[in-house]
Amino acid sequence: MKPAPFDYQRPATVEEAAKILAQSAGGKVLAGGQSLIPLLNLRLSFPELLVDINRIPDLDYIVEDAGVVRVGALVRQSTFGDSFLVQSKVPLAAQGVSHVGHYVTRNQGTVAGSLAHSDSRGELPVALVALGGSVSVVSEEGQRDIEAADLFVTDFTTSISETEIIVESSWPVGGSEWGFAFSEFALRHGDYALAMIAVAIHVVDGVVDQATIVAGSVADRPLFLEEASRHLLGRRPDEDVFSSCREAAVAAVDPADDIHATGEYKQHLMGVLVDAALRSAWKDSTGEAHG
Amino acid sequence: MAEITVTVNGRAHTESVEPRLLLSDFLRHRLGLTGTHVGCEHGVCGSCTVLVDGRAVRSCLTLAIQVDGREVATVESLASIDGLHPLQESFKKNFALQCGFCTPGILMAVCDFVGRRTDPSREEIAEMLSGHLCRCTGYTSIIEAIYEFSRHDAGGGAT
Repeated sequence: MKPAPFDYQRPATVEEAAKILAQSAGGKVLAGGQSLIPLLNLRLSFPELLVDINRIPDLDYIVEDAGVVRVGALVRQSTFGDSFLVQSKVPLAAQGVSHVGHYVTRNQGTVAGSLAHSDSRGELPVALVALGGSVSVVSEEGQRDIEAADLFVTDFTTSISETEIIVESSWPVGGSEWGFAFSEFALRHGDYALAMIAVAIHVVDGVVDQATIVAGSVADRPLFLEEASRHLLGRRPDEDVFSSCREAAVAAVDPADDIHATGEYKQHLMGVLVDAALRSAWKDSTGEAHG
Repeated sequence: MAEITVTVNGRAHTESVEPRLLLSDFLRHRLGLTGTHVGCEHGVCGSCTVLVDGRAVRSCLTLAIQVDGREVATVESLASIDGLHPLQESFKKNFALQCGFCTPGILMAVCDFVGRRTDPSREEIAEMLSGHLCRCTGYTSIIEAIYEFSRHDAGGGAT
């Protein structure tokens, strides 16, 4: 047997799950398991208890409601990516999820689980931060919402407590005046990206009035590139703007060397990706096809 | 220990399992279904892929206890007494396997894939195959086998 021994419970309701977590010390929620079970198999993690939420009804929904797409905790990444609602209303998330794991792992892995895992190389945390989304969590004390900007603390650590469960993620809908783009570079498709970029820009009369550029894989959590984003405000993107954004993005990150690439190379990638994503987001906002 | 009942390739099995027993080990060690191969045991190589209620999953990233009451299909479900499944025939015809270690996982993933992607392009097939490591073929023949199967026999699926 690969994992260390653990107890297993399969609650039928969110309330029951919250009660079990409140009474246990060190219980872990099992949803898709595509990040948790590898950690168990490698014995990098050995929780005493797994709380399997897969049989809880009513957590598998994707609905549009008051300007956001609400996604239940048991929605699989494949269902999310294939959803017409997600593709048409939150295209940035649809682009991001296509890079998560592989075809088969996306069948099991959940959107909420990817957020709760808080891997700094994860695409969905970067997309959620770029869109200004949020998650709803439930514990015995009740329900609360956590904004994406406050959710990801560091690698594998969120501001969700051990007794809380994500029940829903909320993805703000952009109208036709928005432009979105997600861009990343990985050594092989499905591998962890060396660098990734999500861009959301709001354009009025040909001028950008809101801009969010978020980088992933280059810090311990999704990194909002404030300076680079500011270069877009009040401007009609042209070569000068692309160039200054690119320089600001490169200056804002200081990624570490690893066995796959040097920090310097990842910094270079950041510039390349920001440039490509900005051009693509600009085209998207003007209604042209993705380039 | 917990008692679970799982239907595997159409036959119900009731077994007592520890929660930490992986579905891959359950299939191989308890049921003797060694067609499901175990490579990396952390979800990267794809050789342990099986169907659970018709969807392809990594059996090394699924606990046996999680499939209590579910239907599992392994590579053993494909061929019948009358011969190979059309997907297996396509692999044979296109020389899409050499050592065959990765093949069971790919076959089961394709059973799911062709049911949800109509006339997939070679690029889409290659993207799907990025989750399956093959060290022999270089993939070209596998892509051809799946492409040809998807055009002629898709919908056959697993039993």
